[in-house]
Formats: sequence, structure tokens, C-alpha cells
Amino acid sequence: MSVRKLCIAILLWLVLPAWAGLDIQHWTTPSGARVLFVQNHDLPMLDVSVGFAAGSARDGRERSGLAGLTRHVMTLGAGEWTEQEIAERLADVGASLSGFLDQDRAGFSLRTLSGERERRQALAVLKAVLSAPRFPDDVLAREKARAVAGLKEAATRPEYLGEKAFQAAIYGDHPYALPESGEIETVGALIRVDLLDFYQRHYRARDMTLAIMGDVDRETAERLAADLSADLPAGEAPPPLPPVPMPTAGGEQVIPHHATQSHLFIGQPGLTRDDPDYFPLLVGNYVLGGGSFDSRLVKEIRQKRGLSYSAYSHFAPLRERGPFLMGLQTRREATGEALEVTRETLRAFLREGPGEAELAQARNNLVGSFPLRLDSNRKILDHLAMIGFYGLPLDWLDTYTTRVEAVTAEAVASAFRARIRPEAMSTVIVGGQLDPAGR
Amino acid sequence: MRTWMAGLALLIGLAAGGATAATTERALANGMKVIVKTDHRAPVVVSQVWYRAGSMDESYGETGVAHVLEHMMFKGTADVPAGEFSRRIAAAGGRENAFTSRDHTAYFQTLQKDRLELAFQLEADRMANLVLDGDEFAKEIQVVMEERRLRTEDNPQALLYENLMAAAYQTHPYRHPVIGWMDDLRQMTVEDARRWYARWYAPNNATLVVVGDVAPERVFELAERHFGALPARDLTPRKAPGEPRGVGARQVTVKAPAELPAVLLAWQAPRLADPARDWQPYALEVLAGVLDGHASARLPRSLVKERRLAVDVGAGYDPVSRGPGLFLMSATPAEGQPVEAVVAALKAEIERIGRDGVDGLELARVKAQVLSSQVFRLDSLFYQAMQIGEWETAGLGHRAIDQRYAGLREVTAEQVREVARTYFNDDRLTLAVLDPLPLPEGKPKAPAPAPAMGGNHVR
Repeated sequence: MSVRKLCIAILLWLVLPAWAGLDIQHWTTPSGARVLFVQNHDLPMLDVSVGFAAGSARDGRERSGLAGLTRHVMTLGAGEWTEQEIAERLADVGASLSGFLDQDRAGFSLRTLSGERERRQALAVLKAVLSAPRFPDDVLAREKARAVAGLKEAATRPEYLGEKAFQAAIYGDHPYALPESGEIETVGALIRVDLLDFYQRHYRARDMTLAIMGDVDRETAERLAADLSADLPAGEAPPPLPPVPMPTAGGEQVIPHHATQSHLFIGQPGLTRDDPDYFPLLVGNYVLGGGSFDSRLVKEIRQKRGLSYSAYSHFAPLRERGPFLMGLQTRREATGEALEVTRETLRAFLREGPGEAELAQARNNLVGSFPLRLDSNRKILDHLAMIGFYGLPLDWLDTYTTRVEAVTAEAVASAFRARIRPEAMSTVIVGGQLDPAGR
Repeated sequence: MRTWMAGLALLIGLAAGGATAATTERALANGMKVIVKTDHRAPVVVSQVWYRAGSMDESYGETGVAHVLEHMMFKGTADVPAGEFSRRIAAAGGRENAFTSRDHTAYFQTLQKDRLELAFQLEADRMANLVLDGDEFAKEIQVVMEERRLRTEDNPQALLYENLMAAAYQTHPYRHPVIGWMDDLRQMTVEDARRWYARWYAPNNATLVVVGDVAPERVFELAERHFGALPARDLTPRKAPGEPRGVGARQVTVKAPAELPAVLLAWQAPRLADPARDWQPYALEVLAGVLDGHASARLPRSLVKERRLAVDVGAGYDPVSRGPGLFLMSATPAEGQPVEAVVAALKAEIERIGRDGVDGLELARVKAQVLSSQVFRLDSLFYQAMQIGEWETAGLGHRAIDQRYAGLREVTAEQVREVARTYFNDDRLTLAVLDPLPLPEGKPKAPAPAPAMGGNHVR
């Protein structure tokens, strides 16, 4: 342990007497997958998460929805098993396999009892899904129809319409503009070869991050990691995503809708996962709109004026700049007022920066709630998967609270002023037009 | 099958003796019950105060008041001004919120373990000293109406569910939505909230549930210190409204702007009353598992995958409630499939089980889910506390939770067949159909996004 690390450890011990630190073990499998492992025998269960750089940013505009459909259909027939057999083999041992997808990342989470029989059977299914998906034509046709039905239904919903338009507005030609679930036309046009090809290019062992949490010993963890990553596609690494350009001009878009409420989306590209200003922006955003009832947006919009049930701002960091978004929903006749209050709240925050009391409150909450981020196997697993995928330092969690503590009002103010440009923001309003019924 | 499950049950027992362990219980002199479950995996504690008062305790004209009061509970006491409750919990690194259901209203905080006393201090204060200011009420009722617009008015599936409940229950207050009818919210006054608070917010109508890395004796001591002095009050005697047995199938139609139709079916079903002796509720839970407990269960296999009648299906039954229960089924018909055909197919699955029963493998599969869920639930402090609170407020007691798992393991194929025959005739059925209307003026030209195929399944 270096002197610096030791100091941090002592500091952490003082701040959080009960925090013993997380012993993250780390290695690379023979086929090149990165593994993060935390051993814990309190409960007889095991969680495994596998992630790939196979998110919707890899779709291509013509095949929007491909990443999501590929990931989904991988579980519906693999190796020697049909979709029914896969589902039965998991159910027989009480295991659950779920998937996840965002712009950057796609993958699977497996939760199983840790007894040898259950564990082996569940992991064998995951291995088949990862290394030998079949993409059966009839299953694909059915799942495309279901996806299209879902897309059609979603197109009636203000929140989906707004999120999609917002994403398109702030990202323009960048692949982050593509909606994760695709478009009706593009999903409808996908064929088996598209999925197979996407799988071959993006589910490579060298791009795989494995997070393992729970009731296995190191040797077993090593064996299962090696096995899961053994038979994945090889091939060339896909090119990195282009950086997200910062917009130079903003815009406002109104999407007419019949709903009783207007949904507002205001924002711009925000920050990357490894952004040097991550902590000032995290702490600052707590004050602006991330800190629930502590935040200025909730106070202004909800507490003072009763305009909305929910009002928030958030940064969603990605490999490249993820979105910064402020949002709320309000009765349509209050749309203008809510929009103005939101914009003024942001302007005031950029002008003044956080007050000392606000900043102390934000730091206290983020530091004090740190153990709550790691109080279950599931939460630890998700952190391991995130740290592994984005290649963050293994002491990222260990240094979290000291880095929050170190944030000053000046750091917040300058980070916000450097990033957040009200004049270049996009605004999307779904609804908000005059109600013909006069309600 | 039995052997390995018994072995695993033993394993769970052993694990429970380690990091997670005993549940202890104490009653304060004023009648408030305190239940503590230790879980030493993380230096964290969850504290929940459960009031046995939910929307089922409301009368006509005041629907939604239980939930409005829940919002008002954050609006200040003499010592702790409006907003200060949340601020102090947040300053201590806590997370907090509250929820209202048909049966209860509960308030919770999650904190580092050494900060539990703050939660007790604040909860005890607002149990007795809430101010209920008229101006705060006037703003908050607007927020609640926005919440109703967001969750119900603009959501056709939620409207369908609301209408199903209003039809499936003819007399029991479960027919009212928890958030309340919009007209009742419009007319609600701060006086309604004050009456509700005076009627139900007393230590003898509350249960404190604490789960986490704590020493039970210390928790009891703190509970005594903060809640012990609050006086018990005479509670309005409760009536137990019933629900007459159905005398013929009911149907409601909801017309709302939407793309896809949807159906919900609800059959009158028993609630769990005697966890040690009842078997029908457990058999109904297993039946729900056989129908929809996993991706290879009967409904998704038959209706979605093989016959492609529906894009989504579901079945569910919750035996733990204060009022009369329902067994629910749902489906979203696939494009071009008539609603009638989908309803007939759902009913046919029940009839098939009533006729042919379920096979041993299917039964074992559902029991494997039960067993793993018994372990997996221990991963969440919050969920463990939830389960205790729900069983307590339902009048079953937290000790019966383990009886449920035992009861589920005992269910036989014949019992599943019997409940499929007993509870699913049309006289007990209410059917709700969502009839999609074209989107009114203002429909955007280009269709847009969707529920992701990734994390969220098409639904």
C-alpha cells in the first residue's frame, strides 16, 4: 500500500468508521476479458454481469434498434438449446437472466443460487448465450413484431416522444442520437444476417467486462470467468466512437400532444465517464436538480409553486459526452411558467454558483450516503460492472468520498460555467399547445 | 428434487444464522409495535414506520386523503419547519420517502447505522405534532393532482386498471384508486387532511420496522426514548366492509387514445387469513407461477411464443391484503388478433389446468423459483423491511412469512388443479378492455421511440 493510499484509507476510516472498503480482485482471462470480483459468502448466491461495447451507438442509422434486438434474441436460442429449453433450464434452478442496454453498453446479468448444481446449470446457459447464439429466423420475426408493437404504443406517449426528440436535438449526427429501441421502419427491416454480423463484431472477449459478486472462491471465479469468455468471437476491434461536438446554437421544439400535461426536456451534451470535472459537476448538480428536495429545481417548481410532481436535472455520463437534462411535467396551461422558472433557476445557478450552506448539504449527503451505494450484492455488482467497463481506477470507490469532500464552490461554479451553455441548449416541449376542449 | 431443496433450505438456515439473523419484536406501553431484524452485511440501517391506514379506510368524497396526508407529513411541525425533515435526513446522508397503498401508509429512511436515532426523533415528532398549514396544503394538493395526471390521466393502461378495480369491487373501498378520484382531490380541504391525521396517526396504530446492522436492544431503547412518551389514542372502531360474491360476469370498456388494445381479467379470490392452515392462497400463488412465473411458463409459451396471439401476457395473485383478493390476468393482443380470441385463450389455460392438472416438473420449477426468491430477497434491506411491514399491517404478523414459504413448498399438483376449478367461473370474473381511440388532433406525424428491447422488455 502506497503512502497516499494509506492516508486515504485512514481518512476514510475517520469519516466512515464502519466502511471497511471493498476488496476488488482484478485479472484478465486467457482470452482477454477483464474481470472484477468481490468475494462474499454472507448469502448463498452469486451475481455475474457481462458487458460489451455493444450499445445502441453501434447501430448505424439504417439499422437503428439492432444492438437491442441482437442482445435480446441472443437469449432466445443458443448452443444446443431452444428458447424454451433455455428458459426452463434457468427456471429449474431458480436463476434469473436479464439484459441491459444503453448507448455504450449491452450485456447480461445472471443471478443464481451458489450451490454447485444451480450455479453450473445457470452459468452453462449464460455461456451458450454468449458464445453460440442461434438467432432463429422464426423467433426473430416474432420478436421484431413485438418490438414494432411496442414502438407504436410508445409513439403515443409524451415521455417517449420527448426523450427521443431531445436525444436527436442534442446529438445531431452523432450516434448517441439514435434511440435505443430503434425506429419502426428500421427494426422492421432487420434480418438475421444483421444480428449475426453485429454479434460477431461486438461480442468479442477482448471487449468483455465481467463482474462477479458473491459466494464463490477465487479459484472458482477464475474458472468461470475463463470459461464464459473462452469461445467468443475474435476479430478486429471496432473503431472508437467519435467525440460529441458541443452545439453552438440551441433551439426549441414543440411536439403537439393530447395529454393533460406538458412534458419538458431542456439540456445539452454533458460529461464523459472519465471527465476531470466529474465530481464538481456531481456535487453541483445535487444543488441544482439532483438532490431531490434539497435541490433548487424541486424547491422552485414543486415546493414554492406546486407546478410538477417531479422536477430534476441530471448528468448521465457516457464514454463520450452523455446528456445533461432538466425535466418536469406540468398541466398544460402552466407550461410557459414552468419553462421560465426552470430556465431562470439555471441562469441563477450559473450566475451565483452554489451557496456555502447548499454546498455543505450536498457534500454531507453524498459522503454520508456512500455506504448506501454498496449495501447489497446487486449494488456492488453494478459498480464493478461500471468500473470495469469504463476502465476507471480500481480505487474509484475508495477515493469517492474524499473527492466529494474536496469540491469547492469555485470548482462547481467554474465547471458549470465551462460546460453549461443556456444559449446552446435544446428545449423539447411535448404538449403545451392550447387545449381545444378548454380543460 | 425434494432432497436438494431440503438441503438448500438448510443452507439458507445456516446463512441466516451468519450475516442475517433473528427478528425480534417488542411492544411499547402505548401499543406501538417495534420489530427489528438484524443484517450485518453493510453498516446501514432501514427504518420504516407503518400506519395501518390506507385508501381502504377512506369514505366516499374523501378518496385520496390518505395519500395527500402522506405528502403533508413532510410539511412541518412546530419544531421542525416545512422541508426540514427531508433536509436533516439528507444532511445525515440518508435517503427517505413514503408510500401509500390500499392497506397502509409507510414512511422510511435509509441511513448509516449510527444515525438511526435521527430518524426516530423526526418520525416521533411528526407522528404527534404535524402542523397542517392551509397554504402548504393549497400548493401540495396541486402537486398531487399533477401526480394523478402523470400516473393515471395520461396513461391508458393505468386508466384501464383503475376502471377494472372500480368494477371488480362493487362495495369494498378497494374500488377507489389510492391516489383518489380527481373530483375528490379538487374539493379536498386541509380540514379533510386534519381529520385523517387525527383519526389514524397514533402509536397504537403504528408499527416500527428496523432492518440492518444494529443491536436489537439498542433499537428498542431508542424507540422507547422517542416514541414511548407519545400517548395512545382511541382509534375509530374499524368496520370490515365485505364484497358480495359475484353473480355474473362484469365487463367494462375504457376508450382512450392508444395504439394497442389491452385486456385485464380479475376473478374474486380469497385472501390469506390463517397462514398456518390455509392452503388455497398458496395453491393460487403456485398457479400464478405455473401460468407466468418464468419465461417458459404456460402463458408466455402458449400465447406469445407458439400461437402469437399476444405480444405480452401476465398473471398474478397477492394473498397478503387486508381486504378481499383478486386473481389477475392480463394481455396485449398481437396486431390483428381480436380481443375476444385472446380472452378466450387466457381462460382456456385455466380450464386446461382444471381439467388436466399440472405435471410434476412444472410444479418443481415453480417451487425452485420460490426457493431462490427466498434467498434473493435477503439481498435488499429495504425489501426485507417491506415484507415485514406488509405482513404486519395485513394482520398476519411477520412470523407468518416463513410459514408462507413452507406453505408454498407443500402445495400439490392436485391442489393447483382444485383452485383452478374453484375460483375461475365467470360469475366471479370482471373483464376490462382497453379500446384504443385514434390519437386526437396533435398527433405527431412521425412515429417515435419505444420501450427498449434491452433492460426493459417490450410491455
